[in-house]
Amino acid sequence: MFGYNGRILEVNLTQEKIGEIKLEEEVLKKFIGGRGLAAKILWDRLGSRWEEIDPLGLENIFLALAGPLTGYYPGARICISGKSPQSNGIVGSTIGGEFAMELRCAGWDGIVVTGKASSPVYLFIRDEYVEIRDASHVWGLDGKKTAMKISREVRGELSRLWPTMGLWREPGLIYIGPAGENRVRIAAVMSKWTHAAGYGGYGAVMGSKNLKAIAVKGTKPLPPVADKSRVLELMDKVAKLSYANDRWRRWGTGYGGYSYGADTSSEPIRNWQEEWHNNVDYGVDKFERRIWVKRYWADYGCPTSCLKISVVKSGPFKGAITDNPDYELQAYLGTNLGVFKPEENAYISSAIDDLGLCGIQCGNILGFAGELYQRGILTRSDLNGLELSWGDSKAFTKLAEEIARRNGIGNILAEGTYRAALTLGKIKNVNLLSYAIQSKGIAVGAHGVRSGLDYPQQLSYACSVQGGDHTSIAGLPVDGPLWNTELSMIAADSGVVCAFNVWSLKILFEFMNSVTGWSISRDQWYNEIALRILQIQRAALLLGGPDIYWNPPVDDDNPERFYEPLPSGPCRGKSLNRVEVRKAVKEYYEAVGWDEYGIPKSEILRRLDLEDVDKALDKVRRRIRSI
Amino acid sequence: MSGGIWIARDYLKCSGCRRCEIACSLHHEGKIWPESSRIRIFMLIPGLEVIHLCTQCPDYPCVNSCPTSALSIDEKTGAVVVDKGKCSGCGVCIKRCPGEIPHIHPEGGYVVICDLCGGDPQCVKACREGGWNALWIAEREFFKNTFKLYARKPEEMTRDLAFNLYGDLIEVEV
Repeated sequence: MFGYNGRILEVNLTQEKIGEIKLEEEVLKKFIGGRGLAAKILWDRLGSRWEEIDPLGLENIFLALAGPLTGYYPGARICISGKSPQSNGIVGSTIGGEFAMELRCAGWDGIVVTGKASSPVYLFIRDEYVEIRDASHVWGLDGKKTAMKISREVRGELSRLWPTMGLWREPGLIYIGPAGENRVRIAAVMSKWTHAAGYGGYGAVMGSKNLKAIAVKGTKPLPPVADKSRVLELMDKVAKLSYANDRWRRWGTGYGGYSYGADTSSEPIRNWQEEWHNNVDYGVDKFERRIWVKRYWADYGCPTSCLKISVVKSGPFKGAITDNPDYELQAYLGTNLGVFKPEENAYISSAIDDLGLCGIQCGNILGFAGELYQRGILTRSDLNGLELSWGDSKAFTKLAEEIARRNGIGNILAEGTYRAALTLGKIKNVNLLSYAIQSKGIAVGAHGVRSGLDYPQQLSYACSVQGGDHTSIAGLPVDGPLWNTELSMIAADSGVVCAFNVWSLKILFEFMNSVTGWSISRDQWYNEIALRILQIQRAALLLGGPDIYWNPPVDDDNPERFYEPLPSGPCRGKSLNRVEVRKAVKEYYEAVGWDEYGIPKSEILRRLDLEDVDKALDKVRRRIRSI
Repeated sequence: MSGGIWIARDYLKCSGCRRCEIACSLHHEGKIWPESSRIRIFMLIPGLEVIHLCTQCPDYPCVNSCPTSALSIDEKTGAVVVDKGKCSGCGVCIKRCPGEIPHIHPEGGYVVICDLCGGDPQCVKACREGGWNALWIAEREFFKNTFKLYARKPEEMTRDLAFNLYGDLIEVEV
């Protein structure tokens, strides 16, 4: 077996038991790694009782899985998964940094954590050595302090246990902030102060297990590949393509805060009431000159370096340290809250990093609350005394803190936009779902579809197995470009590599084959491997539970707001058309083998050796057809 | 380059991509192997990348302290050369280095120190190919004692960089 260590570390926190899962090549050929393998492991273990499993309960499984390309393909990432506390399905949420590389060099392809520790702990791994360590002294600390303290402590332990090796470097680290500890459904798994695996809400899953962090140091080489000289050539090829892409190197996605408003009318503004702005004070050049102190910041092996470090050194927002912010956070923690100033955007982003919240999910719900306040549905007394006026960075930041700590209304908003809309709707006796800009419990990414000028389209969020995830959108044709279709993105998320370094799917597939020695064809990918992974994710999503179940005829749709005409800018008047959306959804169902109710058909499941999935879906067929 | 070469470094330009480590370990080990790399990037605090590799001190405290005479100086480049067979992995050279830069090979048990790739350092190539230019080749000339300044411990360099980038905004814990 090439490209793999061939084993996954398994830690049972309840029994404090450490074991390993041996990986078989036949399984890996079907599921690769990362998102694909996570779906396989989750289904095998929880599939028969999926709808009974509480994502924040004892039985859920936390997974952090790398793939065969991790470390070889420029730009290493790891895929975080489990049963999602947001969608109740399976989400693969990838995060950059050095954690994935350290884990692979420690001789593992991933980590699976089950059970729940009796008190806060973190995992310390050095190659074969695995220790469950007390984390009560870091429980409650913000992200920056957590990372510094654990990093220092682990270096100390490495030096104590292996004193003759010279200076030990810091470990690779993933951790949660207070939001994850408090099982906030929009909590992210964090790394390097500013990196987040946000979609899915797996920070809350770590918190539900009393797991504050995982620190790993690997001292081995990456596992050998099948065709070394070809892999080295491909590494070089990808790097050169990345170096040639000036846009992401120079700006990261930080050009977006202005551009997706001014150029494509697809930026969330005040909870998506508008998508166009031409506020030059929010231009990337302003960010560059005012707050970027380090122009190029990269994760392991990355030639693109889309991150830039931002610091606010003076003025009322002094103290903020974050990256760029990248486009998603410029939008969701900026324009979506009516904020159009670089230092205020960095201030909110820095706070969200520290709290361990997902910038997208949190910015979405802050915008939701902002609109309810604007409309008088939420009042100052509902909001713990806050005046939630658009553009008031400090008020929105305060509300984010209340969410992370589950104080007052924060406790309701901590459940995420969809669930909060249901709960507040009941309290206020009004339907609030029309203000919830989400799909299947997951807030949509900051790329609107109404103007038709940005990459997501009418199907993107309606049919994705990862809900509103802008990095895994549904699209036709199903074998289209990486960013336009889930079946393609599953390759990056299972590889596991950073999509920002995938310039050609052809190269990605060749890379996969050169590393593993297999000969997966394009046809096999789209008609078997990726399709199989997609069906498992779809089945889990439809099984759902235990608190919420999705009904495709209703829920395979866009947020209500996207049917309202854009009120401003060059695309004024544009909106989605319900008839066209329904037509596109049906076409998509057909293309991926789902029936008229959006349920995977028996024949396709059987062809993909997913008989057990087919059987489990009988429950869903009965439920949905009876509605 | 009569006085040998030196790898100059600019910490604030280092992106932390570690492609220098990939180049180094591929050159020396034929594998991607971060902890065997002669150049190591420390990141004790996010955003503060510390480039850690040999500075070829003019007084060579490592070479002079080696109890098994495993270390010697390459006449052409001025680099420290490790005789793996002779090295016992005792770690005396690490302690005598002002930056504790040498480290023990994770598998071989001998010390690893930058050998300047015989005068054509692969890390520098990788860094310049990427356009980061955090590493480049300088002539040693009469700056030898000044170059030695760059051999410092990662904790100290992290504090310096934190002062530069983050000022008093964070309480440094390294």
